[in-house]
Amino acid sequence: MSETTLAVQDLNVEFATGEGTVYAVRGISFALAPEEVLGIVGESGSGKSVTALAIMGLLAKNARLTGSIAFGDRELTGLKEKEMSGIRGTGIAMVFQDPMTSLNPVYTVGWQIAEAVRAHQDVSKDEAMARAVSLLELVGIPRAAERAKNYPHEFSGGMRQRVVIAIAMANDPAVILADEPTTALDVTVQAQVLSTLQTALEETRASLLLITHDLGVIAGLADRVLVMYAGRPVEIGTVEDIFYRPAMPYTHGLLGSLPRLDSDGSERLRQIPGAPPSLTDEPKGCPFAPRCPLREPLCDEEEPALRTVVAPEDSSGTGPATGGTHVAACHFADAVADLPVASMFSDSSEDQEGGIT
Amino acid sequence: MTDISGLSPRQQRLRRVGTTEAGMHTLPGVPPEASTDQGDEHGLSGEARGQLATAARRFIHEPLAVLGLSIFVGLAVAALLTGWFWTYSYTSITNTLNAPPSWSHPFGTNSIGGDVFAQVMHGTLQDIEIALIVAVLATVVGASIGALAGFYGGATDTLLMRFVDLILVIPVLAILIVLAHIVAKQASNWFWLAVIIGAVSWTYVARLVRADFLSLREREFVEASRALGATNRRIILRHMLPNAAGPIIVNATITVALSIVLESTLSYIGLGIQPPNVSLGLLVDQGQDSATTEWWLFVFPVLFLVILILSIFFIGDGLREALDPKKNRVRA
Repeated sequence: MSETTLAVQDLNVEFATGEGTVYAVRGISFALAPEEVLGIVGESGSGKSVTALAIMGLLAKNARLTGSIAFGDRELTGLKEKEMSGIRGTGIAMVFQDPMTSLNPVYTVGWQIAEAVRAHQDVSKDEAMARAVSLLELVGIPRAAERAKNYPHEFSGGMRQRVVIAIAMANDPAVILADEPTTALDVTVQAQVLSTLQTALEETRASLLLITHDLGVIAGLADRVLVMYAGRPVEIGTVEDIFYRPAMPYTHGLLGSLPRLDSDGSERLRQIPGAPPSLTDEPKGCPFAPRCPLREPLCDEEEPALRTVVAPEDSSGTGPATGGTHVAACHFADAVADLPVASMFSDSSEDQEGGIT
Repeated sequence: MTDISGLSPRQQRLRRVGTTEAGMHTLPGVPPEASTDQGDEHGLSGEARGQLATAARRFIHEPLAVLGLSIFVGLAVAALLTGWFWTYSYTSITNTLNAPPSWSHPFGTNSIGGDVFAQVMHGTLQDIEIALIVAVLATVVGASIGALAGFYGGATDTLLMRFVDLILVIPVLAILIVLAHIVAKQASNWFWLAVIIGAVSWTYVARLVRADFLSLREREFVEASRALGATNRRIILRHMLPNAAGPIIVNATITVALSIVLESTLSYIGLGIQPPNVSLGLLVDQGQDSATTEWWLFVFPVLFLVILILSIFFIGDGLREALDPKKNRVRA
């Protein structure tokens, strides 16, 4: 894991709006190794999508970006639009959230995949279309040659998302960014699309930056996880680290708000009280402090930096991977990591005594 | 989470995802029918030739559109043939004056002995020529300016659209009269007339296309094609313009009809088509005084004018339907 395909260093994105400056992303850093899958989780407005758009160079004009985004040995920040176009698609490709709107309604899906091929490669129309059909086969569209002649509205949501994935694969990118690839889909087809995404990764040997708020998706696909809160990375670690030893109260909250199949169902989901802070003013202290059950005076004073979480010495059989570094932005990270998942949050506040049957 | 105690390498987790899915659907990557489908090379290369063929197939399934196209082509061919083979030319003067329709003069003659059939057919041809030039000119100029304004927005948009407003607030007739006066004296002035009418007719197309582009540029597929590395030029021409094709085509057909009206207006005040050249508008204007007495001078040009404009509307409607994949009722 010495070489990296994509390295983001201290990325900050601000938007100048009428109501003041919005600090959408504040100091995010990560490195993506070849063929690695990095999941970014966080709730709406935590800066996940802005991070992806910043990498693609697709931010709105009122965005101000500082920090560094290195693709291989090329620095992407400050690249001219034309140079950036050369990298999009061939170097870094993107899978969008909503397959209903990310395909052009007036062209057949075959044409759209062929168009992606032809945007970067000097091939004939027939060659591009042949490649489109083989890509469609690869993403599991039955009778691909025939279906290539269909329009997007003749496809179901899951099949459209496969087409979007085929388009992302068209130019063998080194990195694929998937921005909530399953969010707009039925639960029943999410697994299929994830599996298709995996096929795409194996085929192109690309790294994947998987942006989602679905921890189940992360658990299934990712090697490492980056948890974002209020524009800041608050915890980074391997999937095992994050799911077994979350060292940041927010991660605990995320895990506690999920139903578990291995419990008997009598347990209530635990919610995180409150709402994320406004991003318009730079907060003092830890951004999660107002919602944190472990809040101490120190939390309001000083924003915690990412610190390494000490790996447990015990070998309890599950053995969290110690290969990657597990870091968390909490003053009490080591103590939090030893707590049972989500135990610090109370059960749902209002109807606690009434219960449900 | 599900039981995570057994979690190990990614592949294993994925196999689990894969099995959940295998029960519901074919496994991605292993489409069973795909291998048997390789023989379909015909359809494939047909598709690669482009979607114009598909649109054409849909077009011929629109009865009104086919009717419109046949009438339009029929009129154009008939007008050409008449010019070559008919006994009289539109400039001929015979000594039968004000004769009602007969075998030798199917549409009668006018007060100076001109053959109305020859004049109507030549007028039709003249109008088709003018209308096509105007439609192409107005659509190309209007769509380009509207597309640029809508796509780039900001200062570009303001500059271009204020220019459009400027042209819109000046009465069209005033511009036409001034410009037409300059070219009125020239011999084949109909070409310049078409250019002038085109120069004042593009503003509506520009506004329509701009409005369409303003909403199109926010659509995710535009961002998706940008994320694929498509350049602005490619996005405008290949991804956005085809989505705006409906309004553009409908407007083009309206422009054709309007240009014929504008041309006849100019002819009426003596700045349009100059005699002995004729256009349908000019013939209608000349014939309207005698509409109750020598009805053939009025009825035939009006009839041809209406049929011509209607056929163009039908063609436009059919094109719009054919180019919109969602309106595809007939599976070709």
